[in-house]
This record gives sequence, structure tokens and C-alpha cells, in this order.
Amino acid sequence: MIEAWFPNVDWDKMNEATMETLYMTLMAVAMTFVLGILLGLLLFLTSQGHVWQNKLVNLLVSVVVNVFRSIPFIILIVLLLPFTKFLIDTVRGPNAALPSLIIGSAPFYARLVEIGLREVDKGVLEAAKAMGAKTSTVIWKVLLPESMPALISGITVTAIALVGFTAMAGVIGAGGLGNLAYLEGFQRAQEDVTLMATILILVIVFAIQAVGDVLTRFIDKR
Amino acid sequence: MISISNVSKVFRSKGKEVRAVDGVNLDIQQGEVFGIIGYSGAGKSTLLRMLNGLEQPTEGSVNIAGTSISTSKGVQLRKARHDIGMIFQHFHLLWSRTVAENIAFPLEIAGVSKAKRAAKVKELIDLVGLTGRESAYPSQLSGGQKQRVGIARALANDPKVLLCDEATSALDPETTDSILQLLSDINERLGLTIVLITHEMHVIQKICHHVAVMEDGKVVESGTVLRVFQHPEQPVTKRFVQQVVQPEEATVTIEHLMSGYTTGKIIRLQFVGETAEQPIVNELIRRFDIRLNILQGKISQLQDGSYGNLFVHLDGSDVTSAVEWLREQHVGVEVIT
Repeated sequence: MIEAWFPNVDWDKMNEATMETLYMTLMAVAMTFVLGILLGLLLFLTSQGHVWQNKLVNLLVSVVVNVFRSIPFIILIVLLLPFTKFLIDTVRGPNAALPSLIIGSAPFYARLVEIGLREVDKGVLEAAKAMGAKTSTVIWKVLLPESMPALISGITVTAIALVGFTAMAGVIGAGGLGNLAYLEGFQRAQEDVTLMATILILVIVFAIQAVGDVLTRFIDKR
Repeated sequence: MISISNVSKVFRSKGKEVRAVDGVNLDIQQGEVFGIIGYSGAGKSTLLRMLNGLEQPTEGSVNIAGTSISTSKGVQLRKARHDIGMIFQHFHLLWSRTVAENIAFPLEIAGVSKAKRAAKVKELIDLVGLTGRESAYPSQLSGGQKQRVGIARALANDPKVLLCDEATSALDPETTDSILQLLSDINERLGLTIVLITHEMHVIQKICHHVAVMEDGKVVESGTVLRVFQHPEQPVTKRFVQQVVQPEEATVTIEHLMSGYTTGKIIRLQFVGETAEQPIVNELIRRFDIRLNILQGKISQLQDGSYGNLFVHLDGSDVTSAVEWLREQHVGVEVIT
């Protein structure tokens, strides 16, 4: 039945491409989560009125974040080719896509983290200070737990954007569903392959959104 | 215990200087409940925040139990803060933690072991009357219960001083009284020194021993609560005392009644401490040939005794000698008309 609707789909290839997309997305999300939180914390803590208040550092991080957030992803990949080559020793395959995926999405997520941290009740931060908490305690026990719902919904949005990025990375040879849809679907005019790849990408996006929603609801005790 | 000497705090914004606190001197004794009252913007909040170093004074010094708070920094200041608990108007609990976890937070900060934490948390939950609510989240509690968590959290490290920043201003009158009662109990049971700021004289009346009145960053009047209620000197103090002693509607009633009397005198009697509990009016009617009509009266319970105000109308042949006699009974007498 399905075979009749999608005559040109090679299911082994489709399966492999799905795994590649999942691999790229998950690895990039994990790294973006860590890097984005670090950058977001740096942006928040160096801003006016916070413990590491420092105009220069704040401005510098802010500029870097804005620059990388503004470069269209497809151009970012090309710009980063030498860097990728140096790091991974190749510019093809799922691993080669990771540096540009992470550099492309971490600044975006860092801004979401910063917004989330700003939402933390200032009074609670002051209460922690009044109790004699160290900055590291404030970060681990107040800032991160109290902003967790925003951090989770932020990484959900970022992960969905990342699925789109992996498809773009596919076009220049990173593998995955985007690559498959472009090579097998578009270039050989096999519309059913493009359609199937699209359906699978949609399934992945919906799954990410569902997991994000459930997690946020579970964590949020407000 | 706490000495605040010559403390000023100047805030600069957009080239303008604001003296939030201006040359304040206060000494607070061990084990006392000390109230600072003032309208908003009087600088009381800034003054309180200088007691645990959330603000540093521009001039002057703050000492608590031998530690100079105003010159401490870093580790030393954090250590000193373990001895100073603080509760807030809006509680400032962590929503992500349960009641028990919120109370355990300052213990975690102080590096107390897990087993000891559990025991201490249980003890505190019993103390503030939240037994059975250990695993509830703040969002599931009422305002009064949240403040109880706040109090338990503030007491976790056995502090020497408890600072209360408008701790009851967000609560309804009944809950306010139960929280004040709890604070009073804790003060008596643990001998804890409490410094509180408020804009409600009711709070001062209920639990404070000493009071300082602030206006425009200065302490304009201070003394025992009984003394301040009895003889308020500054206009701002008089207004605060009137809040509890003589509600506005009563003033209107008295004015209305006064216009109805053509003969005799209207007299305000002030009873303080023991005299408030003696049958002086009864004695007065027996001794003198007068007619006495009570217009309005109220007795307020203070921490160290009671304080009463009675407006009466006296008429008859003996009014002058009756007033003389009243003055001899250590009763404050003020002839109004």
C-alpha cells in the first residue's frame, strides 16, 4: 500500500537519512543547550546591576551573539568551511555539520536564556543574597532552577529551528533528510521522495514540541 | 546588640543626589522587638537593608553583635549574613522548591550536612505550624502560610537577628495578627532580636517594645512604644498614633456630640499601664456630684501594658474639683471645651 504511494522511495536510505537527521539534531541541541546557557548566563550576570557587572564584556558578548545570530545559516556554513575542515578534518557528513549547527543556534538560544533569567524574581535573588549565598550557589540553586521552564521551552524552539538547519546543511552534503530530499527528490524529480522526507521531518518536529511541552508542564510548579 | 551610628545613604541617579537615609543613630538591645515606622519613601527600607549589607552606607557604620557589617565584604559578609535572618513583604520563596526544600536552602548555603538539615527542617516546620505541608509547593499555599515558610527559612541558621521588611503588609488583618503573634512567640521563646519596618501603627502596637519614627530619611522620634503612644511629640508620630488610638470616624462623632452640649466640659482622659485597669470612672461618680456621659473610648494593648483613651462629658456643680481629683490619679487629663 505505502509502496504504491511512494514507488521511488528507497526505505533503507530513508531510514539512514532519518537517523542522520536525528543524530545531527540531538548532538547540536545538547551542545547548544550547554553553550547557550553559558553565554546567556554571561550576558545576564555582566549586565547592569548584577554580580559580574561589566560593560565591556557584556558589549563584546552581545556583539558576537548578534553577529552570529544575524548571518543566514546557509552562508554561515560556507563561511565556516575552513574552520570545520580544521576541526573535523572533512567538510562532508553529519559530523561536519555540527560546528556550524552549534555556532548558528547557540547565540539564538543564549538570547532566549538571557530573557528567561531576567524573568527570575529579583526578590528571590535578593533573598538568596541575604542568606549569604555565593554566586555559584545563586546560579545552580536559584537562577537555573527558577528559570527552567523558560530554558526548556527555549531549547524546544531552538531544536525545531535546528531541524530546519540540518536540512539546509544537507544541501551542501551533510547527509540527513534534507540531503536526501534534495539529491533523490528534487534533482531526480522524484516528488514522492521529497514528500516522504518532508513527512518524516514534520514527525520529528512534532515529537520535539510534544516532549518540550510535557517537560515544561512537569517542571513548572508556579 | 545592633548599633547604627551616624548612618547616611546617598543615591545618585541622573546627576541628582537623593539622601534616602540621613544621619541615623539607633541602638537596639539584645532580645527586643524594635519597630521602625514611616510612610513610603521615608528611608526605612534602605535603613533595614543596610543592617545585612544589601546596601552599604555612604557614611557611618553598622555593627551587629560585634561584627562591622558596613565594612565587611566577600566571605566575611556572607558569614555574617548567616546570623541575620530576613523576611519580606512578598515572601520571595523559590517556586521550584517545596516548603521543606525552601527551608533547607539557607542550611545548604551554610554547608550543613543532609541528615542535620532534615532534622532542623522538621523542627522549624513544627515551630511555624506548617506540619503536614512539607511537600507542598509555594503556589499551593495561602499568603499567611507563605510568610510562615519565610519565617522558618529565616530562622534556619539560628540567627541572632531577624529583619522584617513590611512582613505583614501583603496580608489580610486576621492573617497579619497570626503572623505577628508568631513573631512575638519566637521573640519570647528564642530571645531573638527582631527589627521590623512597617507603615502600620497596629504592628508597632501589637509586638514592639521600642519604636523609631522616620521621616525624610531621619529618625524624628524614638523611645518605648508606651512612651510614644502616651506623648507623641512630632506631628508625623501623632498621625501614626491616631491610626490606632482614635479612628477617623470617632473624631467625627466627637465633634458632632460636642456641638450638642451647651454646658459642662468635654474631657479626654488618658490611661496608661495600671491606671487603665482601675475603676477610676466609677470612683469619680461616687465622689463628686456630677453627671458623666461617655462619648467614645478605646483601650489598646501594647507589649508592656495597656493604653486607653476616653472621651467624656462632665456636667454638674463639682466639675472643677472632679478634674482636679482626676489629675491626682495619674490620669492624663485634657479639657477640650
